[in-house]
Amino acid sequence: MGYDAKLRVWRGDDEGGELKDFTVEVNEGEVVLDVIHRLQATQAPDLAVRWNCKAGKCGSCSAEVNGRPRLMCMTRMNTFTEQETVTVTPLRTFPVVRDLVTDVSFNYEKALEMPAFQPPAELKPGEYRMAQVDVERSQEFRKCIECFLCQNTCHVVRDHDENKPAFSGPRMFIRAAELDMHPLDAAENRKEFAQESQGLGMCNITKCCTEVCPEGIHITDNAIIPMKERVVDRKYDPLVWLGSKIFKRAGA
Amino acid sequence: MSAPAAVRDIARRRATIAGRTLRTDRWWLQPLITVVGLVAWVLYAVIRTATQKYYWVPQYHYLTPFASPCISASCIPEASHLGQWLPAFPPLVPFAIITLPFLLGFRLTCYYYRKAYYRSFWLSPPACAVSEPHKKYSGETRFPLIFQNVHRYFFYAAGIIALLNTYDSIVAFHGKTGGFGFGLGNVILLANVVLLWAYTASCHSCRSLVGGRLKHFSKHPVRYWMWRQVSKLNEKHIWHWRGRRWARSR
Repeated sequence: MGYDAKLRVWRGDDEGGELKDFTVEVNEGEVVLDVIHRLQATQAPDLAVRWNCKAGKCGSCSAEVNGRPRLMCMTRMNTFTEQETVTVTPLRTFPVVRDLVTDVSFNYEKALEMPAFQPPAELKPGEYRMAQVDVERSQEFRKCIECFLCQNTCHVVRDHDENKPAFSGPRMFIRAAELDMHPLDAAENRKEFAQESQGLGMCNITKCCTEVCPEGIHITDNAIIPMKERVVDRKYDPLVWLGSKIFKRAGA
Repeated sequence: MSAPAAVRDIARRRATIAGRTLRTDRWWLQPLITVVGLVAWVLYAVIRTATQKYYWVPQYHYLTPFASPCISASCIPEASHLGQWLPAFPPLVPFAIITLPFLLGFRLTCYYYRKAYYRSFWLSPPACAVSEPHKKYSGETRFPLIFQNVHRYFFYAAGIIALLNTYDSIVAFHGKTGGFGFGLGNVILLANVVLLWAYTASCHSCRSLVGGRLKHFSKHPVRYWMWRQVSKLNEKHIWHWRGRRWARSR
């Protein structure tokens, strides 16, 4: 059974904007993105919204629904009561382009700063062989759809724009962990890069990135904390440093 | 060449949304519960340890972990399993003064505790997508929070203390008239020790040290097995410390 939902959507651009109220029909089984599309089709044809797959796999329709960072296509309308006003706003952390669309270039530039996979010198393409147990940790991080909800919810940049030059954010930390745990990556300085250039030490592991990840990646427990521990190995633990020198286990 | 996006973002405007959050759920409840629970427990622990009383049950040889090891000349001699090699303590000083700083340090630097108190006490942030009240933020990059990186040293100390508590729990199998005995105190002491080991072994530093820091699990099958076991425990890390807080309070 359909009903008329009360919708409040942020309309505006970088000059300013406000929340506007709408009443939009909702049918059984629909998600927030369906309702936004109906609003666009029937009442606000100039409403800007970014979307693509409607299946939670492209990471395009990131927004904030009732203040919580969500993919609009994966937020079912039946999680709200029929009387409830559903508020949809753009991601707060990034500059707004228009309405629900923000400029997420910050994330792409941080990705460009990240040193790429460094193949081992002794192997040619086609000779790479890896055991499953050695790649499964990195594979978890490859599930990332780059919706940037983790980047958006991270208070280090959400509440402090001034930290953006020094902080790459959780999405880039899982990339750092993915490569540092990669069995064939030959780069030796990923821990130092994470600490000194990506701002790993600024993370205070309050786990909001993990909470909002639509792919269920254990960003904090499996990437950020292990990377912090690896940094401790190099910078704050003389015993591990000494052990690695004596036993030559750097590549273990 | 244009400035990097990270720099440009600072100058560009975000959507003008009033209020520190638009969340409609009770996001403030969890931090409140944490504050009330932790403050109540800390107050209880301070009073309990400062009284220097009710830490030893002579009939059953129960010794509370709050007073172990009892190495002061002020201790009841039977409760001093490791001898009395410190002079008498003045009033209010906890008998376990040797171990309590390490246990406190282990918890203060614990990754789960950090999440709990950064959110609840420091409001940084109070909840996800709720603005924090601070004007500046440098995380764990500077003094004093850079010392969070010493967690693994407290982990080593916690292992030694867990051994001590295990010994205390074994000594406590003592009957009223001698020989073997078993009572409610044993159940609580055992629960404490099991949870203490589970909390210590499930620590993130332990997870890294036993195998997480390796690049090739396939070359180290034993450490890989240990890492998987610690990883399973690690998923329930928080329940171990909550449970243990309960057991220690008995």
